[in-house]
Amino acid sequence: MHLILFIVFAGFCLAGAVNLLLQSHPINSALSLIVVMTSLAVLYLLLGAEFLAAAQVIVYAGAIMVLFTFVVMLLNAGREERTLGSRATRAVGFPAVVAILAVIATVILHAQGLGSATLGEGLTNVRGSTNIEELSVVLFTKLLLPFEVTSVLILIAILGAVALARHGHGERERTGGK
Amino acid sequence: MNSLFSQEVPLSWYLLLSAALFSLGIVGFLLKRNLITVFMSIELMLNAVNLSFVTFAHQWHEVKGQIFVFFVMMVAAAEAAVGLAIIIAVFRARATLAVDRIDLMKL
Repeated sequence: MHLILFIVFAGFCLAGAVNLLLQSHPINSALSLIVVMTSLAVLYLLLGAEFLAAAQVIVYAGAIMVLFTFVVMLLNAGREERTLGSRATRAVGFPAVVAILAVIATVILHAQGLGSATLGEGLTNVRGSTNIEELSVVLFTKLLLPFEVTSVLILIAILGAVALARHGHGERERTGGK
Repeated sequence: MNSLFSQEVPLSWYLLLSAALFSLGIVGFLLKRNLITVFMSIELMLNAVNLSFVTFAHQWHEVKGQIFVFFVMMVAAAEAAVGLAIIIAVFRARATLAVDRIDLMKL
């Protein structure tokens, strides 16, 4: 069962990622990215990370992708013009991608002691408590300070987004300079 | 058929999937010519790295890997908000999303 689920959803992931590259309209790319993220949530479930699967659906497939589709529609982004990219991209970029993939794949395939995953076996069975309990204990005791600091980060991001996207931001500066 | 249902999946397959998604993200970053789609490719790379974090958390039975993914998600949310605001500001100033035309800082 695990094997079948893995093959199906890994296939969805790769198909979505390839479709993201092939589509020329940004809204189609955004929708295929949602497919990738939702399939990744299923793979997280298979690896025994229930909380992250839920967070992946809510935060990534929900919030972030809604933001993306909203911006695509707000700016009325049309089909992109295909250009071949710069010479540096073709000469250095694509060989570098192939080299990176080859190196990572070689390292993974030669790695010793990598285990395997079965269905229903995650962090849960090791310590007798559920995944969310484990996660929250570590998050709210050992890592409480980083957790609180991220709330400041989110606040700064909200302020930055509002300040950047505010209407008439550029015009007022221009008239003020004259 | 029964053996097919009880079969285990090696963790290296998850890592290979993660590497493939990351490479597709890099290719998208290099190939796409729309600012928003370039940004989506970056999100794809972040997701690929998250998958390998979860895989290693499963391998070592260590919950810290999953917490790392949690923090990556939060940073990605902040990054998406600010990045899309910058894209809106760029579109207002230059009325285009094509990365070839946004070349003010080019030498």
